[in-house]
Amino acid sequence: MSTAATTPSAVFPEKHYLNATYGIRSWLLTTDHKRIALLYLVSVTAFFFVGGFFAMMIRLHLLTPNGYVLTPDMYNRMFTMHGVAMIFFFLIPSIPAVLGNFLIPLMVGAKDLAFPRINLLSWYIYIIGGAFTLYSMVTGGLDTGWTFYTPLSTVYSNSAVAPAVVGVFITGFSSILTGLNFLVTVHTMRAPGMTWFRLPLFVWAHYATSVVMILGTPVIAITLGLAAMERVFGLGFFNPAMGGDPILFQHLFWFYSHPAVYIMILPAMGVISELIPTFARKKLFGYHFVAAASLAIAVIGFLVWTHHMFLTGQSTYAAIAFSLLTFLVAIPSAVKVFNWTATLFGGSISFDTPMLYAFGFLGLFLIGGLTGLFLGCLGTDIHIHDTYFVVAHFHYIMVGGAVMGYLGGLHFWWPKITGRMYPEWLARIAALILFVGFNLTFFPQFLLGYNGMPRRYHVYPPEYQVYNVMSTAGASILAVGYLLPMIYLVWATFYGKVAGDNPWPATGLEWKTPSPPPTENFPVTPVVTWEPYDFHNRKDLGLEVGLAEAHADD
Amino acid sequence: MAEQEHTEHSEHIVPPWLYMVIIGTLMALTILTVVAALQDLGRFNIVVALAIATTKATLVVLFFMHAKYVPKRTQLVIISGIFWLALLLFMTLSDYVSRVDYRGVRYPMSQNAVHISPSHRS
Amino acid sequence: MHRTGALYGQFETLEQQKDTATLGMWIFLVTEVMFFGGIMLAYTINRHTYFTAFAMGSSMISLPLGTTNTIVLLASSFTMAMGVWSAQTGKKKLLPIFLTLTIILGFAFFYVKYVEYSQKFHHHLVPGKTFDVNYCVNNPSKCEDISPADLDKEREELQRANAADPNLNSHAQLYFSAYFGMTGLHALHMIIGAGLLFWLLHGSLKGLYTPQWNTPVDIVGLYWHFVDIVWIYLFPLLYLIDRHR
Repeated sequence: MSTAATTPSAVFPEKHYLNATYGIRSWLLTTDHKRIALLYLVSVTAFFFVGGFFAMMIRLHLLTPNGYVLTPDMYNRMFTMHGVAMIFFFLIPSIPAVLGNFLIPLMVGAKDLAFPRINLLSWYIYIIGGAFTLYSMVTGGLDTGWTFYTPLSTVYSNSAVAPAVVGVFITGFSSILTGLNFLVTVHTMRAPGMTWFRLPLFVWAHYATSVVMILGTPVIAITLGLAAMERVFGLGFFNPAMGGDPILFQHLFWFYSHPAVYIMILPAMGVISELIPTFARKKLFGYHFVAAASLAIAVIGFLVWTHHMFLTGQSTYAAIAFSLLTFLVAIPSAVKVFNWTATLFGGSISFDTPMLYAFGFLGLFLIGGLTGLFLGCLGTDIHIHDTYFVVAHFHYIMVGGAVMGYLGGLHFWWPKITGRMYPEWLARIAALILFVGFNLTFFPQFLLGYNGMPRRYHVYPPEYQVYNVMSTAGASILAVGYLLPMIYLVWATFYGKVAGDNPWPATGLEWKTPSPPPTENFPVTPVVTWEPYDFHNRKDLGLEVGLAEAHADD
Repeated sequence: MAEQEHTEHSEHIVPPWLYMVIIGTLMALTILTVVAALQDLGRFNIVVALAIATTKATLVVLFFMHAKYVPKRTQLVIISGIFWLALLLFMTLSDYVSRVDYRGVRYPMSQNAVHISPSHRS
Repeated sequence: MHRTGALYGQFETLEQQKDTATLGMWIFLVTEVMFFGGIMLAYTINRHTYFTAFAMGSSMISLPLGTTNTIVLLASSFTMAMGVWSAQTGKKKLLPIFLTLTIILGFAFFYVKYVEYSQKFHHHLVPGKTFDVNYCVNNPSKCEDISPADLDKEREELQRANAADPNLNSHAQLYFSAYFGMTGLHALHMIIGAGLLFWLLHGSLKGLYTPQWNTPVDIVGLYWHFVDIVWIYLFPLLYLIDRHR
């Protein structure tokens, strides 16, 4: 790509948050939101590896119809631990705790979050919860499915249920405290001139996510608490032998766990809302609609949970109502997709790595979202419930959506976080490898599910083998696509090209401070007088209409 | 600076006499709820009990917790919390109360259902 | 530290700081509402299905003790509110007094709870292997704290209940699961509250809290009132089921 206006030669700041203080205590006892974000980065990545290991075991085992790699019991433990590690310890914290923690104070123009010590506490709570769950994993693991359905989990399972349940319970508080911090920060800590409608959509997305965290997570906490009580003390709410009701557990469980998927996707959508205007050099189309859609997803997302329970024998009338609501919740997501697409139209698009991830998100989230409608429809759900169709659907959203958003965001803000650029061509290749690997892994799973292969089964009829082999092959390619960024992002932290304040350039407030930022974020409290994504009127970005796009030199 | 709405810092201080009126009312309502529980009101026993409890809770929230005097934003937080609880309860109950099988018979769990008596896990 | 009511680094003004702390506590209380809400849902479904057993269970817990606890806790909310008022109006000598009264009432609550719980233990009403709703009626010598007249009434009730519900024992165990679960969770929150009150008392004796800065008193007060509200609901739900029989 040619560049007419080159970025000014970047200077690496002398003092910044990474070298402000030294020593392990300054990291473990830090209250700087940026350092806490990095603590989280390390821990969620570690759990990503843990979850990835279990995924690898599943896919290896499923290469053959009779499965020679694992015993049936071990297979159950593998998919359970994969789910628990990935959902509770990777997907839910990832974007909010890493990118949200780092960026929200910068984006609103504050020196830190509202409650910095509570922020650190939330990380420690995460670690303690993680420790309990790891303990469960190493003492034989958990075989109930990440959904912990009763009475298997509370009465009959012979696996290490109690430590895992306690671990997830504890980690829930990490989520609650993060959400609380974000909500209060956005309400009370915005810089002068930073009105609600000047906030970046990343902040709106995290605000909506925080609402979900606050209202939903306590319910899973009490549910798991009751399940643990039942397992340890024999309480009985969920045990049919005592007159209890397993469906009650499911209601309570899914009341949180459905909104939880919105906790996982809304932040990624927030990232995409930042990437697309930046790399299309165009104001986001329909800012107010996208902000409202984030809130709508958060609210309506609480009204649909029974769609996970259509086949439990629940009331048909309730099922009809929830199915209708499930269709409704797709609308705000669609609004966002339309708005992102409309932003691209007439824009000056550049294909930097973050934009490749954004494109990947658009396509894959679209497929994932549309297939959700098949599942939300009562008639079709009867056939595809608990098949690989569901597995493919949620992986398209979680991996094709949320993880792509996470990686796109990491790449986009890596210069801000570390002060250095990642290697652009290698990153583009890794993104493509990831995209190919992902589709090869999960598209066949739609076909498997459509053709009737149930999920969570350790064996399958031979006619399903071809798709399973394709899926496993794809998974190995996907793994390469994940490993590459882990390696080059670390490399780039030390040896990458110096990025400067605003390499892209992008319009957010976080780009007006040096890279990496000083501990107090802004030397002087900024006063905001501009609208978001306003490329046209931001003379300070050095972009002029008519010139070829100016972005970070390769 | 915080946003431009008026925070509670023209701090409204509730006078002690009002607190005494409220605590007196709360005690009276407590006695009322016990007395009401000892009367046979049929299906309305629970309605009355919950109505009195809600009145007491409202008094505590409005006056002891100063919710009457806090900015609208905080009041919205309180109402959302209560609303969400109602959502959890009512939407789940909507499943249980509307269960009807193909014969038109309602089928919640019945206290006369036969099941294994409690035993420790095998 | 905030010992001098000083401004924390991330804030611009004391007003912003107080605003933030109060909003934070209210949002935290919303999470507590949802937390207790879950167990309330479990209670509701089970009471709806097993009304006989729940009514039986409710008749086996002490109405006088429950009413006493309700009154004690309401009084403690009053003393707490008065404590906040003392801090707001600069009555530095009164604040420790009100905090102490609140603590004493809190401990009175704990004592009554302890009496109730130990009673349940002796009467084999704790969920688990030893649970037996018919225990006292079948073993009057083991339950000497119940008068013979009351025991007769209980026997009659149990006969009726056992006839209406063949699995009364398991379903009664569900009632007591709800009882211990809900009151236990509530007691845990009160213990935390008591700890916070001791911390406030310590600060108030040092004269830390002024009309300009009394945020900790205010937000602990909010927490304490919330715990009171939970009990306001627990009392009728657990103690007043079908009492008119």
